[in-house]
Amino acid sequence: MLGVILLLVILYTNMLKGLRGLGLTLNLDFLQDEAGFDISEGIPYEPSDVYLKAFWVGILNTLKVSIIGIVCATLLGLLFGIARLSSNWLIRTIATAYVECFRNVPLLLQILFWYTAVVSQLPRVRESIALFGGVFINNRGIYLPSPEPTAGLRIWLGFLGAGLLLAVVLYVVRWRKLRQLDRPGFRAKWALPAFLIVALCGWFLTPSRPFTLDLPVLQGFNFRGGMRFSPEFSALLIALSVYTGAFIAEIVRSGIQSVVKGQREAARAIGLKESQTLRLIVLPQSIPIIVPPLTSQYLNLTKNSSLAVAIGFPDLFSVGNTMMTQTGQSIPVFAMIMASYLVMSLTTSAAMNWYNRWITRVGR
Amino acid sequence: MKPPAHTKGPARWMKDNLFNTWYNVLLSCLAFICLFFIFKTLLTWAFTEAKWGVIPANLQLFAVGTYPREQIWRVWSVIYILCVFVGLSAGIWGGLVLRFAVMFGGIWFIGAFLPFGFSTRGWFLGAVAIIAASFFLGRGRTGLRPWILGGWLLSFPLIMIVLRGFGESGVHTSNWGGLLLTLILAVVGIVVSFPLGVFLALCRQSNLPAIRWVSTAYIEMVRGVPLITILFMGNILIPIFMPGLDINQVLRMELAITFFSAAYMAENVRGGLQGIPRGQHEAAQAIGLNYVQTMLFIVLPQALRSVIPAIVGQFIALFKDTSLVAIIGLIDLLGVARSVIANRDWFGLQAEVYLFAAIIYFVFSYSMSYGSQEIETALGVGEH
Repeated sequence: MLGVILLLVILYTNMLKGLRGLGLTLNLDFLQDEAGFDISEGIPYEPSDVYLKAFWVGILNTLKVSIIGIVCATLLGLLFGIARLSSNWLIRTIATAYVECFRNVPLLLQILFWYTAVVSQLPRVRESIALFGGVFINNRGIYLPSPEPTAGLRIWLGFLGAGLLLAVVLYVVRWRKLRQLDRPGFRAKWALPAFLIVALCGWFLTPSRPFTLDLPVLQGFNFRGGMRFSPEFSALLIALSVYTGAFIAEIVRSGIQSVVKGQREAARAIGLKESQTLRLIVLPQSIPIIVPPLTSQYLNLTKNSSLAVAIGFPDLFSVGNTMMTQTGQSIPVFAMIMASYLVMSLTTSAAMNWYNRWITRVGR
Repeated sequence: MKPPAHTKGPARWMKDNLFNTWYNVLLSCLAFICLFFIFKTLLTWAFTEAKWGVIPANLQLFAVGTYPREQIWRVWSVIYILCVFVGLSAGIWGGLVLRFAVMFGGIWFIGAFLPFGFSTRGWFLGAVAIIAASFFLGRGRTGLRPWILGGWLLSFPLIMIVLRGFGESGVHTSNWGGLLLTLILAVVGIVVSFPLGVFLALCRQSNLPAIRWVSTAYIEMVRGVPLITILFMGNILIPIFMPGLDINQVLRMELAITFFSAAYMAENVRGGLQGIPRGQHEAAQAIGLNYVQTMLFIVLPQALRSVIPAIVGQFIALFKDTSLVAIIGLIDLLGVARSVIANRDWFGLQAEVYLFAAIIYFVFSYSMSYGSQEIETALGVGEH
């Protein structure tokens, strides 16, 4: 203990000496100064805003790419993880090839590849690739239609609320009945269709549609309207999802495989259907195994999004880096960057631990 | 009695593995169509549009970066030192080591057919010859085992000295580059972070609260932040915290990677340690072993064996993570790829260059994971 304190004291005095050498003092006043640099995307921000605001834009950009990335990576991972267990040789082989190819190549290389060799090489605005449903892809980014709420939304939300209420009632009724009969079954068997029917009826009964789609339209030299994913964001998102998806696929595969074969055979022997076996026997046992490594993959994705600095996507780390070079206040900015990542990591793992405890409790 | 031998023709195989149910028929057809278009696009690009000339023209840059041409003998000496040890070890241990040696020799043999200069090809064949010679020299001499192990340990500082040379006449570390730098960063990182990780894991299990807290705080802190922040810290903050100390950039990055990886390694080792029943500790104490002996001879061998896949996974992660030094400005394999693309002569060849670099990274990572599976089988992990 004494040694550790001594080490910290030495480091601290050294730091003060080093800072004095650079002519810097430790304080956070600079955060209220005008930032003066532009940030290409994120929430509304002007170069005349203060450093603190710039940092906040960076945090939100990191969160945005991480959350969308986590959703995409989970979908990819589930798809390929299940495909690896397919009885179809071709599907199995494709899934294995995907996992091995993307897992064994550095993420930074993949990000650079997607950015410089794919996204930047897309056709120019005039020759954009048009997909169905008003999606346009060109070297300025990916343009998607965005839903815009209208006055009818409030009425439709009313329908949704009523549907939800009905669903809850039906769920409880079905649950009670199943318990009375002492039989396994799908508890939301009545609630789910009821909710969907009410929601659908509401959609058509509402005088004006709850949403209108704001389609991107070519105007002059660029697209107007809709949502835009910048090339940097798209490349980072694709690379992060595909890379993390490969790891998640392995986790899903080994999680499902860890349920011993005897369990499936026993389930079939007592007359459960294939879908019941999966829902009642296999998943409850494999989900507690899958969740902890899945959490660490989500955290890895969030931390890996810091590689955005290599392609100029203004995430938390690259904004922080710009702040450091402009102000020279490396120590406080570093502390802020590390604290932000630590907070994200600790909250995610706390949430996942809570979920894990919940799922194990339900499963037993 | 043996089961009846059944030979299956390709038609039967396809029926069983591709078209056994209606949805598999559908999936197979869809997959066939997708694969056909993907392969068609890829192969057309690779054989008609892609300009592969960029690879042979920069092969030496990819291999060693800006290492001075007249000092290249240093690299070859290092390779030959390694060849001697690999050959001797293969002769003495045989088995898995021998297969590794064959693979290692195979790389140099294939290298002799690559479009390098004439003298370079000679160096390549020399490497193959040295491996073969030292294999026959070492065959069956089991008495040499401790010497060879000691030699491996000593070879690391020796290799560094040979690569660096002394003072101005040597090769400054800023000239280390390409695959050479990637491998140095990875190998030194692996060799140093592994014992460091074991040490941290043991500290985290310690009975003394202070040691436990400090190591837990360190591990959680490092695991909570991205590697790139640690690398920047090594680059910017070491000079601030240690003003008097002049550490070159390669060493700073090496330190950052090692300390980062050690935290992850510690968590993997801890997983293994927690799987060892209490009775093993007690039994070891009962026969009079002290703490160090208990750990070294009883607990760690069992704990490490059970977490080989996780540890090798961390080695692979470290190997891939070395590519991040390209952001800081070192010219490792990825750094070379970036600088080649930035060159006006090779403008617009991103896909070719990055694919080539990706293949090299893939070969190394994949061989490591393959090796880990082989070691697991050899040690019989998961059999009891």
